[in-house]
Amino acid sequence: MKAQLFRFRGGIEPEAHKDASAGAPIAPSPLPPLLVVPLRQAAGTSAPRVRVGEHVLKGERIGNAEGPFAAAVHAPTSGTVRAIEMRTLPHPSGMGGLCVVIEPDGEERWIERDPVEVRALSAERLRERLRDAGVVGLGGAAFPSHVKLRRGGAGECCGTLVINGAECEPWITCDDRLMRERANEIARGIAILAHLLQARRVLIGIEDNKPEAIAAMCDTAAGAEVLTRVVPVPTLYPTGGEKQLIDILTGIEIPYGKLGPDFGVQCFNVATAHAVWRALELGEPVISRVVTVTGNVERPGNLEVLLGTPVRELLALAAPRPDTDRILMGGPMMGFALPEDSVPVVKATNCILAASERLFPAHPPEMPCVRCGRCAAACPERLQPFDLYWFARSRNFGKCQEYSIFDCIECGCCAYVCPSQIRLVDYYRYAKAEIRERERNTAAADAARRRFELRTARLERDAALKAERLAAAAARAREAAARLAAAAGASAPEQEVGAVKKALVEAAVERVRAAQERAQER
Amino acid sequence: MLTALLVMCGVALVLGAALGYASLRFKVEADPLVEKIDALLPQTQCGQCGYPGCRPYAQAIADGEAAINLCPPGGEEGIRKLADLLGREAQPLDAEHGVEKPRQVAVIDENACIGCVLCIQACPVDAIVGATRQMHTVIASLCTGCELCVPPCPVDCISMRPLPESVETWKWAYPRTGLRRAA
Repeated sequence: MKAQLFRFRGGIEPEAHKDASAGAPIAPSPLPPLLVVPLRQAAGTSAPRVRVGEHVLKGERIGNAEGPFAAAVHAPTSGTVRAIEMRTLPHPSGMGGLCVVIEPDGEERWIERDPVEVRALSAERLRERLRDAGVVGLGGAAFPSHVKLRRGGAGECCGTLVINGAECEPWITCDDRLMRERANEIARGIAILAHLLQARRVLIGIEDNKPEAIAAMCDTAAGAEVLTRVVPVPTLYPTGGEKQLIDILTGIEIPYGKLGPDFGVQCFNVATAHAVWRALELGEPVISRVVTVTGNVERPGNLEVLLGTPVRELLALAAPRPDTDRILMGGPMMGFALPEDSVPVVKATNCILAASERLFPAHPPEMPCVRCGRCAAACPERLQPFDLYWFARSRNFGKCQEYSIFDCIECGCCAYVCPSQIRLVDYYRYAKAEIRERERNTAAADAARRRFELRTARLERDAALKAERLAAAAARAREAAARLAAAAGASAPEQEVGAVKKALVEAAVERVRAAQERAQER
Repeated sequence: MLTALLVMCGVALVLGAALGYASLRFKVEADPLVEKIDALLPQTQCGQCGYPGCRPYAQAIADGEAAINLCPPGGEEGIRKLADLLGREAQPLDAEHGVEKPRQVAVIDENACIGCVLCIQACPVDAIVGATRQMHTVIASLCTGCELCVPPCPVDCISMRPLPESVETWKWAYPRTGLRRAA
C-alpha cells in the first residue's frame, strides 16, 4: 500500500555522512570511573533524593520529578554517591548545574525491577510510571513523555500516532541502528503509546536513505494490533522536525501556538518508544541511551552509553584523530560546541561529533545580506529569515515577534543556504532569548504591581480602622463627660469644671488602652 | 440654496447629537494613559523618582508634572519606551535620582537579624517574611531590588546582591562577527 505523501515547503539536502557510523552494530560502552548525572535533564529540574556517601543501586531513583515538566533521574549503575555539586553541564552556556556524582562499584546490581501489565493499569497510573521512570523524548528535545501522553480535557482521542524515525540530521545514525536491531522492542513500545493515546492508526516515518531500518520496522508492523504503516519519506532536512514530519505524513500543518493533539496527532521518536517499552515491560528506568560517536574519529559507531558518562571517555573509545579541535553535541546543523570534554552524556545527547578544521571549516566572515531570498525559500516554517535577521540585528524585538520568530525551529536551513554566510540562527537565538527575558521581567513587574496594590489597600484599610477606633473612643469619653454633667445636674460651676477634668482623664486612659490593644494586635 | 443649508444644518445637528450621546454612553472611567505609562514602569516601587511608587509616578507623568527620565531601574530603555508612548523627546537618565544598575535582590544575613520588623514595614511588595523577634528572610523571587529595606535595618544585616545567572536565565549573546572587507 502506497501512502499519499505531502511535502513541506523548503528544506535542504546536506551531505548525509551517515555511512561512517551506520555500519557497526550498537556496542555497549564500558563503565567509566565516575558518572556525573545532572539533575536537570528535561525542561524541569529534579530534586535530589540521595545523600553524599549513600550507596545506590542501578536504576535507583536519585532525583524526583519537580513541577509539571520534569521527569525523574536514576542512578545509571550501582555505586556510591561521591558528591552532589555544581558541574559544567552539556549546555551552550557552559554553565554549571547540580549533578550527582556516582563512583561505580562495578557490580551493576539492579534495584528490584517492577514490570507492569500495561492493560491492567489505568492511563493515569501508566503516565505516573513513565514520569517516575524518567522517560523523556530521546530525539533531542528531552520533553517529558508523560506530558505528551496526557489526552485533552474533553476526552478527545488522538487519531494518529506519528513515530519519528526520520533522523534527518547528517552524521547521526543512533535511531537507524536502534530500528535495525531492536525493531520488536520499538514496536511493543509503539503499541503501548498507541494504547495510551487510543490511537486509531500509527504512521512510522523513516527517511528513504535507511532501507534496512524500513525493512526491519515493516516486519514488525504486520503483527501490530493498531493499523500501522511504515512510510518511507524523502530524504530532506529537516524532515525529522515534529511539525515537518506530521505535515509530510498527514498533510496537517500545525499553526503557531497549537500542538499536534489539537489536530488529533501526536508524535514520538523511535528511541522514546523503545524507552517506554523498557520502562513499562521491563521496569527499567531511562539510565542509558544509544549515542552516535562520529566525525573526526578512527572508529565511528553507535554505543549504548550510561547517562552521566563523561564525553571524554566516550570519545576515547572511538579514537579521535589528533587534529580534533572541538566537540559538538548533536549534529552539525542543530548541535552546539561543548564547553569542555568532561561534560556528561544526558538524555538529550543523540550524537557526539568530533570536529576538525578539515571537516567543519571555521565560519567565514559574514558579508552583507543581499536580500536574495534563498533563506526564505529554504525555511521549512515559511518564515522570512532575511527580515527576521534585520529586526534581530537592530534589536527590534517587537517586529521579530510580528514576523513570528517563535515559529523558528532553529534548524539552520537559512544559514546553510545563505550566500553571504551570515550566521542567521545566532541572531534568532539572541532575539528569542532577549524576548523571553523581557517577558519574564514583565511577568515579575506585574506580580510586583499586584503585591504593591494589595499592600497599599491593606495599609489604607488599617489606617481607616484605626481612625474609626479612635473616633469611637473619643465619642465614649464625650458621652461619659455628658453623663457626669447630667448627674451633677444644675450644680455649681466648680463641680462642672471637676467633671470635665475627670472626663478628660478618662478619655486619656481610653486612648492608652486603645494604643495597647493595637500593639497587641501587632 | 435654502434646501442645501437646511440639509447641512440638519446633518450637523444629527451628528452632533450622536457624538454627544456617544461621549456620555462610552465615557472612559479611568485615564487609560496612566495605565499605559504604569505598564512601562518596572514596578520596582523604589521611590527613587521622588514619588511613592510607580503608579503615582505614572500619574505625575500623565499630568505633565514629572519628566520621563527619573526612573533609574527602568533605565535608558524605559525612557525610550515612555518617549515613544508619549511622543516626547527621549532624555538621558537624570543622575540626581540614581543610576541604572543590574537587577539585584536583597539578602538578609539571618544570623545577624534581630527580628525588629522594620524592613518588613519598609518593603513595598511584602517580599520579606518574619515576625517580631523572629528571624526575617527575603523571598528572592518576589524581591524587586528597590533597596528600601536597607536603610531602616538597625544592624545593617541586609545586603544587595546581583541576581545569579543560571542555565534557565542564560541568554545567547549578540552575534559578533566582523564584516568581510571589500576587495
